[in-house]
Amino acid sequence: MSAPHSQIAAAFLRRKAAWTPLEAGLWCLALAAAFLFPSQQLLLSEIAILALFALSLDLIVGYAGILSLGHAAFFGVGAYTAGLFSLHVSAEPLTGLAVSAVVAGLLGLATSFLVLRGSDLTRLMTTFGVSMLLAEGANQAAWLTGGADGLSGILLEPIAGTFEFDLWGRTGYLYCLAVLFILLLVARRIVHSPFGLSLKAIKRNSRRAAMLGIAPNRRIVIIYTISALYAGMAGALLTQTTSFVSPDVLAFHRSADVLLVLVLGGVGYLYGGIVGAVIFTLLRAWLSVVTPQYWMFWIGLILVALVVIGRDRLHPARAIALVRSRLPGRAGEKAVPLSEDSR
Amino acid sequence: MTPALETQMLVKRFGGLIVTNEVSLSVRPGARHALIGPNGAGKTTLINLLTGALTPSGGRILLSGEDITDTTPFARVRKGIARTFQINQLFNDLTPLESVMLAVGERMGHGSRLFRPLFADRTVSEEAAALLERFRLADVMCLPTRDLPYGKQRLLEIALAIALQPKVLLLDEPAAGVPEEDRHEVLAIVRALPSDVTVLLIEHDMDLVFSFADRISVLAAGRLFAEGTVEEISGDPQVKAIYLGDAA
Repeated sequence: MSAPHSQIAAAFLRRKAAWTPLEAGLWCLALAAAFLFPSQQLLLSEIAILALFALSLDLIVGYAGILSLGHAAFFGVGAYTAGLFSLHVSAEPLTGLAVSAVVAGLLGLATSFLVLRGSDLTRLMTTFGVSMLLAEGANQAAWLTGGADGLSGILLEPIAGTFEFDLWGRTGYLYCLAVLFILLLVARRIVHSPFGLSLKAIKRNSRRAAMLGIAPNRRIVIIYTISALYAGMAGALLTQTTSFVSPDVLAFHRSADVLLVLVLGGVGYLYGGIVGAVIFTLLRAWLSVVTPQYWMFWIGLILVALVVIGRDRLHPARAIALVRSRLPGRAGEKAVPLSEDSR
Repeated sequence: MTPALETQMLVKRFGGLIVTNEVSLSVRPGARHALIGPNGAGKTTLINLLTGALTPSGGRILLSGEDITDTTPFARVRKGIARTFQINQLFNDLTPLESVMLAVGERMGHGSRLFRPLFADRTVSEEAAALLERFRLADVMCLPTRDLPYGKQRLLEIALAIALQPKVLLLDEPAAGVPEEDRHEVLAIVRALPSDVTVLLIEHDMDLVFSFADRISVLAAGRLFAEGTVEEISGDPQVKAIYLGDAA
């Protein structure tokens, strides 16, 4: 025995929560993109926003096991709040972002009680229902939301009084990327906390979790609220970088797309949303040039292939972990799984 | 002395079927109490009633004199009832270390900490590591639970319950399905349970019951059929007829 078991335990836990080179590389690449592709900043912003939206969904789907088909509700409310706030109150973007987060979070808190009970199907239907209510509401309340025309003419002050939104969208992209990065750090912290662990237990076997003294409902309310807050910020970023909101932010396809993005990238390891958003957005951009009529066909085909073949065999991060564990010289060392369902 | 665990005229009906029929069971503090009975006698139903997984149709359940009949399962765990499962109910992709930390952390009320990393919670990880060492699981504590041999998984089941520091421990066939060569390890752990923990053991294995229990209750067709010391029960011809006869 080389070290006391408590030290082995601490080292193991630390390793599990540690940054991987792959993770660091991804962020460097994302930052470099702001300067490498000056003409693609709008597309990059779109990816960052979609990634944040998918990350918010991953918190409830991947960690708490709550399927949602109405996550656009929070995205849309955040988007409208940001638009209304900048038109009527203040054009300061960071305040607008914070206010949007709070409003979406409150909506999440209020509707979290609908997802506490029931099966996956009932949750899909209640989340779907809530988003449909809001979409129709936004459409009808034209005095507030501009109805089908939406809100336009949203002009924002420079971020923190310094960074002006430029015509090419670089400031916008860096802004989105910074928000995504900070929120990912926070999410990382949450999933590696005792709270995050208890969520995993609830997701896997809630009956067993209760037998360990875990009261699931409060935990679910908390993570659902946080997820709504994240989604609201993603919506706010869309408004702020495009200077426009329309009822499209609440549309059903947004809820469906974000679920698709998450499944593309992989559920339950935080980066699935980012990976999925990159794949989804680039594929769409490329396919819509190659086959403008049929791009959804190809996305659908990839999705089916992914599910049938199994992500484990396709996922680069996991493939690397697999290769690494078989490299000579490391045979004595057990490969640390990248995430709890990486097997 | 107030019983550690008591049921008063406990009844559970599923439609017209009475599965638990006016069971009044009393387990004194620190007891090694065994509950035996043929298949279908209602042993697991009784456990589910005690832990709150099922709601009784009538009667009361008392924990150290406190009525817990209407409390939720997790509230009962916090009050001091823990159970193991006859069929493993483990978190297969979590490691034993994480699973035990979950139990220890919940007991200490750390489970709602959102921003503190797990590895920084040294009081919890140290206690979990010590417990896993006691259960001879230390060498596998960083592997996914599903990779553990079955015997080790059974030990983890018991370790999770013990991590909650229960007053009353309900052991549902702790050695069920364990290969013969690993049995002694599970039995040694069961025998070495802290003496201040009250244990209610549900078991089919008569050797284990007779060597472990100081008191035995026999359940048959939902009713408490007999209760007594090991000598009384093992010498009771009626028990033999109903239970041992059936089992043979």
